[in-house]
Parts: sequence; structure tokens; C-alpha cells
Amino acid sequence: MTELRYLAPETLDEAVGAFAKAGSAARILAGGTDLLVQMRSGILKPGVIVDIKKIPEMTAIEETADGGFRIGAAVSGMALAEHGKFGKVWPGVLEAVNLIGSKQVQGRASAGGNLCNGSPAGDSVPAMVAAGAIVTIQGPDGRREMKVEDVPAGPGRTHLKPGEILVSFKLPPRPPASSDAYLRMIPRTEMDIAVVGCGVSLTMKDGTVTSARVGLGAVAPTVLLVEDAAKALIGSKLDDAALAKAAAACSAACRPIDDKRGTIAYRTKVAGVLLKRTATIAAQRATQKN
Amino acid sequence: MAKVHVTTTINGEPMEFLCEPNDTMLDALRGPLGLTGSKEGCASGDCGACSITLDDRLVCSCLMLAVESEGHEIRTIEGMAQGDRLHPLQQKFLEMAALQCGICTSGMLVASDALLKKNPDPTEEEVRFWLAGNLCRCTGYDKIVRAVMETAAEMRAQ
Amino acid sequence: MNVVTNNKWIGQRTIRPDGMDKVTGRAQFAADTTMPGMIWGKILRSPHPHARIRSIDTSKAEKLPGVKAVVTSKDIVDFPIEKGAVMLGIQDMRWMCRNVMARDKALFPGHPVAAVAATTEAIAAEACNLIEVDYEVLPWAIEIEDALKPDAPILHEFNKWEGKPSNIVGRLEHKKGDIEQGFKQADIVIERTFTTRPVHQGYIEPHACLISVAPDGKTTIWSSSQGQFMVRAMTAHLTGIPQSDIRAIPAEIGGGFGGKTIVYLEPVATLLAKKSGRPVKMVMTREEVMRATGPTSGSKSTVKIGATKDGKIVAAHGTFYLQAGAFPGSPIRGAAGCSFTPYDIPNLLSEGYDVCSNRSKVAAYRAPGAPIGAYAVECVLDEVAEALKMDPLDFRAKNAAKEGTKAAHGPVFPRIGYLETVEAAKASPHYAAPLGDGNGKLRGRGVASGFWFNAGGESSAQVNITEDGNVVVTTGHPDIGGSRAGIANICAELLGIDYRRVSVIIGDTQTVGFSNLTGGSRVLFASSMVVTQSTEKIIQTLRERAAKIWNIDPEAVKWENGAAHPVSPNAGQFEPLTLEELADKAPAMGGPIGAGVQLNTQGADGGFGTHVCDVEVDVDLGIARVIRYTAVQDVGRAIHPGYVEGQLQGGVAQGIGWALNEEYIYTKEGKVDNPGFLDYRMPVCSDLPMIDCIMVEIPNPKHPQGVKGVGEVPLVPVMAAVANAIYNALGKRFYALPMSPPKVLEKLDEPIRQAAE
Repeated sequence: MTELRYLAPETLDEAVGAFAKAGSAARILAGGTDLLVQMRSGILKPGVIVDIKKIPEMTAIEETADGGFRIGAAVSGMALAEHGKFGKVWPGVLEAVNLIGSKQVQGRASAGGNLCNGSPAGDSVPAMVAAGAIVTIQGPDGRREMKVEDVPAGPGRTHLKPGEILVSFKLPPRPPASSDAYLRMIPRTEMDIAVVGCGVSLTMKDGTVTSARVGLGAVAPTVLLVEDAAKALIGSKLDDAALAKAAAACSAACRPIDDKRGTIAYRTKVAGVLLKRTATIAAQRATQKN
Repeated sequence: MAKVHVTTTINGEPMEFLCEPNDTMLDALRGPLGLTGSKEGCASGDCGACSITLDDRLVCSCLMLAVESEGHEIRTIEGMAQGDRLHPLQQKFLEMAALQCGICTSGMLVASDALLKKNPDPTEEEVRFWLAGNLCRCTGYDKIVRAVMETAAEMRAQ
Repeated sequence: MNVVTNNKWIGQRTIRPDGMDKVTGRAQFAADTTMPGMIWGKILRSPHPHARIRSIDTSKAEKLPGVKAVVTSKDIVDFPIEKGAVMLGIQDMRWMCRNVMARDKALFPGHPVAAVAATTEAIAAEACNLIEVDYEVLPWAIEIEDALKPDAPILHEFNKWEGKPSNIVGRLEHKKGDIEQGFKQADIVIERTFTTRPVHQGYIEPHACLISVAPDGKTTIWSSSQGQFMVRAMTAHLTGIPQSDIRAIPAEIGGGFGGKTIVYLEPVATLLAKKSGRPVKMVMTREEVMRATGPTSGSKSTVKIGATKDGKIVAAHGTFYLQAGAFPGSPIRGAAGCSFTPYDIPNLLSEGYDVCSNRSKVAAYRAPGAPIGAYAVECVLDEVAEALKMDPLDFRAKNAAKEGTKAAHGPVFPRIGYLETVEAAKASPHYAAPLGDGNGKLRGRGVASGFWFNAGGESSAQVNITEDGNVVVTTGHPDIGGSRAGIANICAELLGIDYRRVSVIIGDTQTVGFSNLTGGSRVLFASSMVVTQSTEKIIQTLRERAAKIWNIDPEAVKWENGAAHPVSPNAGQFEPLTLEELADKAPAMGGPIGAGVQLNTQGADGGFGTHVCDVEVDVDLGIARVIRYTAVQDVGRAIHPGYVEGQLQGGVAQGIGWALNEEYIYTKEGKVDNPGFLDYRMPVCSDLPMIDCIMVEIPNPKHPQGVKGVGEVPLVPVMAAVANAIYNALGKRFYALPMSPPKVLEKLDEPIRQAAE
């Protein structure tokens, strides 16, 4: 039997020290909604579990001086939803985080865990990619930052180095008339893993899109930043032609697989459909605000 | 394997127990704590039969390590009635035939209670989406949703 | 007919006797029981779909500290194939002994090959990994078409079909008239082929048991099943322990839907307990449930229906191939026997083929086979009605079976309620309501009907009056749908007392007489018969006691409102004697008051239902959702309307899952790829609308309260109702289940028409 040790450090330095020392046998515990499933099914037998929820920075939601947000990696979806302002500024990120599992799961699951789990279908990731989130990482060699889209390396893998822990997400300040949205396709209304997920963040001026970012999930080994789709939207009034072009860019970016959740043909087509719908919602939100 | 000593509060009572570090809260509840009202239907967070609250937040006890309860407050189905007085949801589930086999009932009640604490006046859609994490294979959910809505209405009227 | 009128409790929505325990977390399900000294059992399962087992070496596992016993097929009583069938109900023990533990061959991934009991679950699991099994991996076939190919791998070499080894292990036919002649009379003939995927019963409670075997062999089983007597008998057969030594105690059952009508764990745990001398607990994981129990069959059906221009069906031919899984026994009787039964068809041939393949052995699932057949038949009927430009309900009404119609499976119908369900559906507010605007989504409406045989059979009950004048009823059927609530209503009604004074419990095998499975929609039908007779005996005793006290003739005593009353010529001469008073006087007046009745009940009438379904389809994503649903059923007599509705609503929900998303998905290696609730997509709360019920009550004249079984019919019409609604929305027909988003979208790549009005 493998001995398992559970550690719940109260500082980040302690956590990094313990995590790095334990090497590949160690796992970070945030909400645990993926980790415990993997442990119970026997896929994973960790030697050390480092619970990061006692570290204040990991569970904090902060408005930064420049008007952005810093979200601790272990903040649960439910806690994020209870924040007075976050959901007004980043409704798409919030809806994405709160599509992870059931209400029960939302009480535990975090965007940090969703990202580090490395699933191409994680709901929060395309929305974070669209939002242009930057993650802060701390490891034995100190702190560094990365674009969120650079974190996933493939199914179940990230570009975090051994001993590194994801600390927080930094979301940039929002210009006026900006908003975002996230939609996913699932066969049921709830409780499924995204077959396709699409996040769109955009800024409007006089009905024209002035900037846009598009994140696409579950259609490739990692969540994609689809720059061609964003380009198609920028400068347009989200007319049918622009939406069709952006949708085509999303479909073109897909490198999906056939699996129990969807087919290649289905995912490719749906990626475009979702782009149109998500961009439309984001634009409505951006313009409603003014 | 050395067991871990955990001090926690369960249904308002201070409790201590020993567990393996990889035991889930559900293992601890059903094992050393003898609270078998929370059920294991899947052990993967997909059925909600093990629903409890952790510091008043609804969670699946199968997706939480028992050691994580140290210093926190857990509530389970066994703590829902006050002595011999049922919670209005429990009473309404009985009156409206909102249960059949009963395996999902504990989790369904704990989840419904968490909803009404947060939202005393939910729409049918809000009830349905809140309870989406609680599978029931017997009822088709109809009578459960009606019971939750009617309990909410009665509680608001009081 | 002896239907009780002016009822006080029958027909009331009383509180179910087991409700309080269930809403407070007290109810004891199989996995909730513990015993001092208890250890844990685990099963080692085959990773291969098809493999010969050359040898099993358990020596390393046995040496692992903490391991107390190991069991393989050598420990299970063998029922040699060549000696012929040994039937227990519909189960052949030759297949059961091989299903609980593979003998010479492993026939599906998940097939048990050995089992271990150890002091902890973790040690038991580790010990399973130490068992060395030498497999000769064989080619395999899962899908019906693969299993029927001329060069298909054969699961059971001894089985011959048309002289050659085959995976076709059985055939059944129902015939009436001459279909060749019949089709000649038809103005329109439509023939279609349909496929359905295997679907699981999906009970939330995994199989579990706790078993103690004392040194003298006395065995106690706590387990969750649809029949403690089935558990006792199968365990006795497979372990060699006599039934008199096995006390099977029914735990509360967390859903069964047919899937708990056979054993998986109990014989194995019994042998582990016997070998180890310790009580053994076994609880399946969800993954084990999905890989190794249930489901119902996948199918391939061809249905041909011919009708005249004026809308009369003149001939029909159905051919239903059903996957049995690893061992013979798919529900072809339900598919071939039920599918055409709502209709009076002069020329009919309905054939069922039982096909083995490398998948877990099927278990019963709610009207076994009937939903599969009805899906095909009711979809073709929809096409015929459309071709005839007839309203689909009018078409069904015109061809409805009635009193005197001879069903192809044998019986000549007594008064039945099928036509009434069609008429009620037609008159329903739902059928009259406009479909409404789908806000960009296409809407459609579909209808379908269904039939299930229902069943009687053996039931036993004991009714006792307590010393303080209350009532305890013990029956022998696990309660999966609220039967205890129905029994309490009936017993209270007969005795004229408040229903809360009647306590209804489920007895174990050694304390109540033999009672057959909870299945076939038989429980309330059969158990209320024996409870009624028992209660009537008690009432007779109570009248005799009162007569003795009053010193009058028992015939001059009537029982009313919970008390004995003198009738003419003595009316008013004596104060009534209540149940409490008579109980109090019982010791002096002849002793304890109670009665038991055991019957092989007869007279179960079949059940019919007609459903109306509205769907809304997101044509860009291919997602179909049911937005309104009405289930109409002839329920005989609704003893407890809340739980009758509950049966209808639950059946409909399962059917919607079957229609839209539920299916077993396999990997290239022949293993189930979605063995959990995440990817085996049963409907969640937000997937469904309210499910309206219309209960048509045409009492069964052969039953004291008019009861007909209600549990199974409501699943039968659902998939066809949903499919017909999707056709109505899209103008495209689907011939395969599930109608999941990728499949719907694929179909929609062809042009679409506007939703029908």
C-alpha cells in the first residue's frame, strides 16, 4: 500500500517547499473534484497531497489598483459568484466557472484546478483565454507569470515545471463597452463535459467591435486561442458575414477527435455555431452596459 | 498506514474521528461516524446522493477528503430535523409523494435546503438547475420539484 | 366484483409507511448494514470481452496479510450444460452459475473470475491484483450484426441453430391469421428497420450485501434485491446450502427497475463468508454496476404494417432481434408479445430472436422487451397514419383491441381500457393545445401507445392485531414503488381505522411465506389480494369475538368504522366493541388475533397506455428536448394516486433518457467506454418538464380493489412518442436510438421543413 500524507500548509512558501520535495508523487488539492475522482478510480495514487485552501492568497478575490481582478487559484465557483462585482465585469468567466459540474461541485471546484487538470474540455479555460487572463505561478525558483493559453500542454498535462504551483489568475481592467460570454454544447442541460466550449470577450465602440478574443475548448488537445476568429470580428458590426467568417475560422481551427462525447464532424460544425451565439451574447452585454 | 485524528463539528455537535488520509468525507460519515443517511451512488460527484454542507456550502461528500473537515462545520441529512420536528421540506416530500425508493432522498433534501437558504423564492427552472446534480431514477423529478416549490411558498408565507 | 365504494383511504394520498425513515436518513439500504468482525469482499473481473480461462493461480493473493478467503468458480455449484435447464423463474441456473463466476470462459469485460475477502477493501482490491489468470484471448462480437455473421465468434459452442454453431440461442413467435393474405388486402404497406442500444436500469443504489455464515451453516443475508426469496433460492442453488438455513433479509432497495431480479454478489459473498468464518460485505462500485449488471438488450427490429385506405390494419409482421449478452435470455417475449397487442390485427406474425454476444447478461428492465418492440411498431404506425392522412390517435382508436379481441400471444381480452386511453389522450388539454413558438427552435408533437402483460403469482401475507388494537401487516415483496403505502390504505379501509394505525413491513424469508419477485407490475395486485383475504379473516374473527361477548350470533354482528356493531334484531342493544377493546379482551376470548394467507394469485389484467409528447429541437446543435409530456394509462384502480402517478412519471423519464441520450458506448477493445453517470447520460432534473398524468380507472373485476399493475406500461410508448414528435418537428424520421445531438445534426444536414402545425 502506498502511504499517503495530507499536508495543509498556511503559507505559499511552505506549500511550494513541500510540493517540490515530494516530487512526482505529490498532488495539489484545491476543490478536489477531479483529484478525488482520479484517486477513487485508481488512476492516481499520490504519495503527498498538498491542500492549498488554507493559504489566504489562494482563496482571495481582489480588485487590483488598475481596475482588474486577481482570483486565487482555489477560489470556488460559488465563492466567485457571491462576489458583488466580479460577475458584472466578467459575466462570461463567471458563467464558465459555474458550469463546472453541479451546484455541489461548484461549491468546491476552482478555475485553478480546472486549468491544471489539463483537460481540453475544462469549461473555465476558454473563457479565461478569451479574457486574456495571466496566471501567476510560484515554484522553487520563485514567481513567474504566463498567459493562460500557454499553460495547457496536452490532455492531462501543463507547462508548469516540477514543484510549481498555480497561485492566481489576473484579469485585466475593462475598457468601457466591454463584456464576455461563454457557451458550451452538452447533450443534457447540465452535468456533462463540454463537447465544445466557446468563450468570447470583446469591446465595442458605436456598434463596432474594436477588440476581441476567442477561446475554444474540447476541439483540440489543448484549449485554443483562435486569433483568426477574433480578427474576423474586429472592425465588424457583428453582421452575418463577419459572424460567418469568424465561425468558419473556429471550425477551421478545430483538430478534434471522435469519442464517446462527440464526433469530429459534430464538434467542427458546433464550434462555429457556438462562436456566433457567444459573440452575439457578449456584444449584447457590452452594449447594454452603456 | 497511520490514521489521522480529525476534530470537526457535525450537525452542531463537536466530533472527533480517525480516518485514513485518503478517506473521503463520505467514507468517514458512513464508517466511523455511523451516519449512513448520506449514500454512495457513484463516488464521482455525478449523483448527489452524498450531498452535505461544509460551512453551509453544498458539496458532495464523496469529493472531499475527510481530513479536510478539520475545524469546519458539516451538516448531513441526520441533522435536518429538529428533534421530532421535521424540516418543512421533509414534511412536504412525505405529503407530496416526492420520494420512491429513497436512495436519492437524503441528498435531494440537503440540496433543496441549501437552495432555499440561498433563494427563498426560486422559479421552477431555478429549482431544476439547482437539483441537476442530484440524480433520481424513480420519480421523473416532477413531484420533487413541486414539493420544493410548495415548501418555499409555505416558508415565505410564515 | 367486490370493489369497495365510498372509500375513506383507498384513493387517498396518505403518507407512505417507510417515508419517515427515508426523509430522515434512517432507512437501511444494503450498504448501510455492518456486523462485528465484518470483512470486505472484492471481485476480480475479466478485462477481456471473450477469453478462455486456462488457469487461475490465487496463491499470491492468499498469502497477502489480511486476506481471509479466496473464491473461484471451483467453489460455485456447477450446473452442467448437458444436463439441461434448471429453471428458477425465468432464470436458468446453468447460466446463473456461470454469470456469477466465469467457468471455462470469460464472456464479457467485467465477468467475475475470482473473489477475495480481506480485512479492508483496499487489501481485498490489492489481493485481486495478485491473482494470476492465464487467458487465451478469443475474437469477440458485441453488436447483433457482428454476432450473426457467418464467421462470428461463437460464445457457446454447444448451441446450434439450423444445424450449425450459432449465437442465436432462441426464437419465439406469435401468429394469428395469414400475413401473406393480409398484406395482399392492404392499400398501403410500410416496412422499416430500427436499432436501439443497450441501456441500463440506472438505479442509484449499487448492488450490495452483507452475509454471515455461522459454523453450523446458518446463513444470514442482508441485501438489496427485488426478491428476498429469489436471493435465498439462487444462493442455495449456487452454494449448496439448504434454503431452510438461509435467512435473506430484504434491505430497503435503492431502485431496481428489473435489474435486481437476479443475484450477482450474494452467492460469492456467502462462499467467502463460509470460508473465512467472518461476515463479508460486498458493495459494487458504479463502474462494476455498469460493466457487469443489467442492462437491457440492444436490438434490431424490422416491422411491416399494411392497412386499407379506410384506416384498418390488415396485416403486420415484426421481427425482433435482441441482444442477450453473455448468456441466453433476452426479453423476446416482451418484444414479440406486447408490441402489436394494443391493436386488433387479423393477420399477424411477431417473431423474436435471442442473440448472445460478448456483453454483460441482460437483466429485466421495466416491461422487458416491450419498449423495444413498441418503439418500432409505434413509429411505423405513425408513418402509416400519416400516409393515410389520419390523425394518429384516430388511427389507433380505429384499430384498438377491445373486449373479445384475441391477442396474438393467446388471451381473448376481457374488458380492457386501451381505447379509453386513446380517447383520453385525444381529449386532453395537451393534445388540444397549440405547439407554441419555439423561438427559433422547431417544435413537434408525437403520440404512441404501449402494452404490458402484468402478472399475478405467489404472494404471502400475515396480518396481526397488536395487543393494543393496532395492525401490523407483513408481506414478502421488496417495495420499490410505494406498495407499502397502497397496502396500508387497503388494510385501513377494510378495517375501518385510520391508516396510521396500520404498520406495513416487508418480512424476511424465514418470517413470511414465499412471495415471488417484485416484478412484472405484480406487487400491489398480488399482495393486496392476500392482505385483503387475511384482513377479511380477521374481521370474521372480530365479529365472532364480539358475538361471543354479547352472546349473540356472529351473523348478527357487522364490522364498521373499526368496531363491531350488533345488527337486527340486536341493533342498539350493545355498545359497539372497537378494535382496541377486542384486542384487549383477546387473551380471554380465544387468544391472539391474526391471519395469514398464501396464494398463487390469478387474474392480472394487462395494462395499456397512450402518451403525448412535445419536443423542441435546436437545429443548429441537434439537441432535442421534451418540453411537454402527458401519460395516459388505464391503471385499474389508483389505490394511492400519488405513487401511481410516480410510476407513470418515472417510467416516462426513463424513456426520455432512452430516446435521447442513454446508450452503452464501446471502445475498440470491446469494453464499455462510459461506465459512470457522467457519460451514461440519464436525465437530470433540468432536462425534463413536469410530466402530466391522466389516470383512466377501469377496475380489474378479478381483483378485490380493482387493481391493475401500473409500473411497467409507462416506459413502453415513450421512445416512439419522442421519435414521432421529432419527426413532426423536423420532417425527418429517425430509425435508431438514441436520437443524440450528433445523430440529429447529421440527419439535419439534409434540408429541413418548418415545424408542423
